Amino acid sequence: MTGDLLIRGVRPYGEGEPVDVLVRDGVVAEIGTRLSATAEVLDASGLVLLPGFVDLHTHLREPGGEESETIESGSAAAALGGYTAVFAMPNTDPVGDSAVVVEHVWRRGAEIGLVDVHPVGAVTVGLGGERMAELASMASSRARVRMFSDDGRCVHDPMLMRRALEYATSLDAVIAQHAEDPRLTEGAQAHEGVVAARLGLAGWPATAEETVVARDCALARDAGARLHVCHVSSAHTVAVLRAAKAAGVRVTAEVTPHHLLLTDATLTAYDPVHKVNPPLRTADDAREMRNALAEGVIDVVATDHAPHAAQYKDTEWAAARPGMLGLQTALSVLVRACVEPGRLDWRGVARVMSQRPAEIGRLRDQGRPIAVGEPATFTVVDPDDMWTVRGAGLASRGTNTPYEGMRLPATVVATVLRGRVTAREGKVAA
Amino acid sequence: MATSRRGDARAGAPYRELLSAADVARTVARIAHQIIEKTAFSPENATELVLIGIPTGGAVLARRLAAAITEFTGAAPAVGSVDPTLYRDDLRRRPARALGETDVPDGGLDDRLVVLVDDVLFSGRTVRAALDAVAEHGRPRAVQLAVLVDRGHRELPIRPDYVGKNVPTAHDESIEVLLAETDGRDGVALVAHDAQRDQQGGPA
Amino acid sequence: MRHLLSVTDLDAAAATDLLDTADRLRQALLGREVRKLPTLRGRTVVTMFYEDSTRTRVSFEIAGKWMSADTVNVAARGSSVGKGESLRDTAATLAAAGADCVVVRHPASGAAHRMAHWADRAAKEGVVGPGGPGTATCVVNAGDGTHEHPTQALLDAATLRDRLGGIAGRRVGIVGDVLHSRVARSNVFLLATLGADVVLVAPPTLLPVGVEAWPCRVGAELEAELPTLDAVMMLRVQAERMRGTYFPSAREYAVRYGLSERRAALLPAHAVVLHPGPMVRGMEIAPAVADAPASAVLAQVRNGVHVRMAVLYHLLAGATA
Repeated sequence: MTGDLLIRGVRPYGEGEPVDVLVRDGVVAEIGTRLSATAEVLDASGLVLLPGFVDLHTHLREPGGEESETIESGSAAAALGGYTAVFAMPNTDPVGDSAVVVEHVWRRGAEIGLVDVHPVGAVTVGLGGERMAELASMASSRARVRMFSDDGRCVHDPMLMRRALEYATSLDAVIAQHAEDPRLTEGAQAHEGVVAARLGLAGWPATAEETVVARDCALARDAGARLHVCHVSSAHTVAVLRAAKAAGVRVTAEVTPHHLLLTDATLTAYDPVHKVNPPLRTADDAREMRNALAEGVIDVVATDHAPHAAQYKDTEWAAARPGMLGLQTALSVLVRACVEPGRLDWRGVARVMSQRPAEIGRLRDQGRPIAVGEPATFTVVDPDDMWTVRGAGLASRGTNTPYEGMRLPATVVATVLRGRVTAREGKVAA
Repeated sequence: MATSRRGDARAGAPYRELLSAADVARTVARIAHQIIEKTAFSPENATELVLIGIPTGGAVLARRLAAAITEFTGAAPAVGSVDPTLYRDDLRRRPARALGETDVPDGGLDDRLVVLVDDVLFSGRTVRAALDAVAEHGRPRAVQLAVLVDRGHRELPIRPDYVGKNVPTAHDESIEVLLAETDGRDGVALVAHDAQRDQQGGPA
Repeated sequence: MRHLLSVTDLDAAAATDLLDTADRLRQALLGREVRKLPTLRGRTVVTMFYEDSTRTRVSFEIAGKWMSADTVNVAARGSSVGKGESLRDTAATLAAAGADCVVVRHPASGAAHRMAHWADRAAKEGVVGPGGPGTATCVVNAGDGTHEHPTQALLDAATLRDRLGGIAGRRVGIVGDVLHSRVARSNVFLLATLGADVVLVAPPTLLPVGVEAWPCRVGAELEAELPTLDAVMMLRVQAERMRGTYFPSAREYAVRYGLSERRAALLPAHAVVLHPGPMVRGMEIAPAVADAPASAVLAQVRNGVHVRMAVLYHLLAGATA
């Protein structure tokens, strides 16, 4: 038999006996034991095979922020982190609020070819929160945009949010809301609570998130529209989502790896590597994020990968830009936060890292089951390996990882995009 | 102030008593007499004499000398203390030291006869610093020096006017002065061991 | 002690040690014509103030000069700071130029922590510091945003110790804008460390969410608390931050939280009135109260010099770690 790639001795979803997976022409040709074929062989004994990860929330910074990340460096980080598709947020310079800009991002992503780069379109012109951007033009462009967001800023005007939700229904698109009432977070620097009070950092109340999510769920219900809530951080928000989902609202939600694992207790040295929007909250909030993800109230893990060059991070706290690297640590952090404690199994990981994000982002050839005839888009994971995070060793231009020096479980051994190995053993494909 | 004032000899450390409690009392009395004689102290010129102790041992001794002089003459000399730490030349050689009390008696030091009092005279550097400190507080007519123990090894041209006891010592030995006010009992001993050196910065 | 960034750098023994040192320094200078000690000769202290201040900057400068340090003032305006140089670059420049100590005031909470971090990191990496490669500038926090102002709390503690004979077991009320006050934060934690019983009295809008974790109690009514207090500290109302959001008007604030003469009369006879300054007379504190013998406002200023001398002494006089 011939093929392009033979993955030997791997356990799909970490379940059952090891099998061999033969890939031909970008799809799974055969799954069985002791397959032999003329093909590139990937010895994967002891490893776990998962559908390729899909990140609904990535900042690739290009165009305009190339000192922090480029589509090329971000694509490498994605491939090394096990991602086969990323959604690139439009808060670039120029803003991704037009067909021209989103097509540019899409084309660059395709040229590099390490990961499918799906640009997210801005909801409002210039992220200004005042005029709706040309959503349909972006949707019908070559980039085929199906997700719109003003991420970094909240679409705060309720009438504008309502219109955007209504308009998006005609495009089968989803509005991804950065839920943060800007009046409640003026000057805010850290989660409002015990730690911020002691450190004298202006409080960032959880209610700023919860109230916008409640409002938007009501608007989405009335419009029959799809709403996606970015980076949920507060336990109160989870309660709102649970109720909305029970009432049939078409709302989905994401949580970042850092909100699953980290808390505001890390802020005491004022190192802005821990500054992020929304802020790290309490241990109770983090626990509720893990519960909600296991329960399905929160649908997916999305990285909010936010690279920043040192000059934007190695400053005093108030001057630092919010954001953390995420693409290359997401899997390990999820394993530490949810798999090790038994809250998620590998099928659960596949659900929150691949299947559900692909559904929300309307990707037809990602997040698919591991079966004959399906796209050969995989992440091969070593569940027993450990590694030590070093920001300087990550592929991103920025080095702003909050996990610096931490020893974390699980490594990505290989990433396969439609039959092509994009990353293997910590190196991207040439 | 070169000495540890721990109450007991450490096990294994060679420890030799130089002055008993009674010896200390006799020595203080003798120095008091010598001061009276050498300064021609009398009730008429009592205000001219100021005993200035170097904290903490010297300050205690200055008060004892003042009490003895009062007992012997019926007139009380002024007594106070001046902390030389801020004037030391070896501050940078070890972590910041606690400061001692400075208490310049009413009337100041101008044109008076100052007798500096310390427990142990060693390198002379503490006395040098104390002279600087005294000079900042006024311009005495003269300054004299009284010490309970002179152990030698001077590094500066400083010589005491009143000495309780001369004790030849080796560099790695130290003198332990105990005073009831701060240590619960009186006594002077010679201690020779390495542990002593560890807790001291260098010769005072 | 490598830096003084927060009062939580100090346990009770270390804080008491600083207060004792301040006392000794006061004694050493008492009644002298020439107020100059040679202790910090050859040491360079730079004050770098990104916010306006008279008393703190002058107090540090005098403290340095009285101990013969070379003191240099860097105003945020008119220097390269005004040209957009980053705090980190400024810190590195000052270290290379020979600043043994940088006294910094900055509007960002944690700015002093960051400077200390950069100084230590640079020293570890062998970068040129004040005493050559691998030496670190020490950092003193002279007020960072709404976080802390540790030397102010130390001088308040020195004043209270002088006037009350001690701090342990004494009850101290802190009244006013706790939310925005670095003085309040430093005082609550230092006074608690020293064994005082601290009571906050403030409009709920001017108490931070999370105050319940502080080692103090929140009182309800100023008039109910006053008769039980050994000292009352009136915080400055930071009018520039208010804009009608936190309380309706200055008049209503003064009515509920101002220390009027009538209210001051409710204090026990021995009680001390403190104000970190600058005072808004008539709003937080009646003029007659500010000028009464119970008021320690000016004693606070003088103690400020001695306390800052003590801090510089502990940081700079000994061997560098």
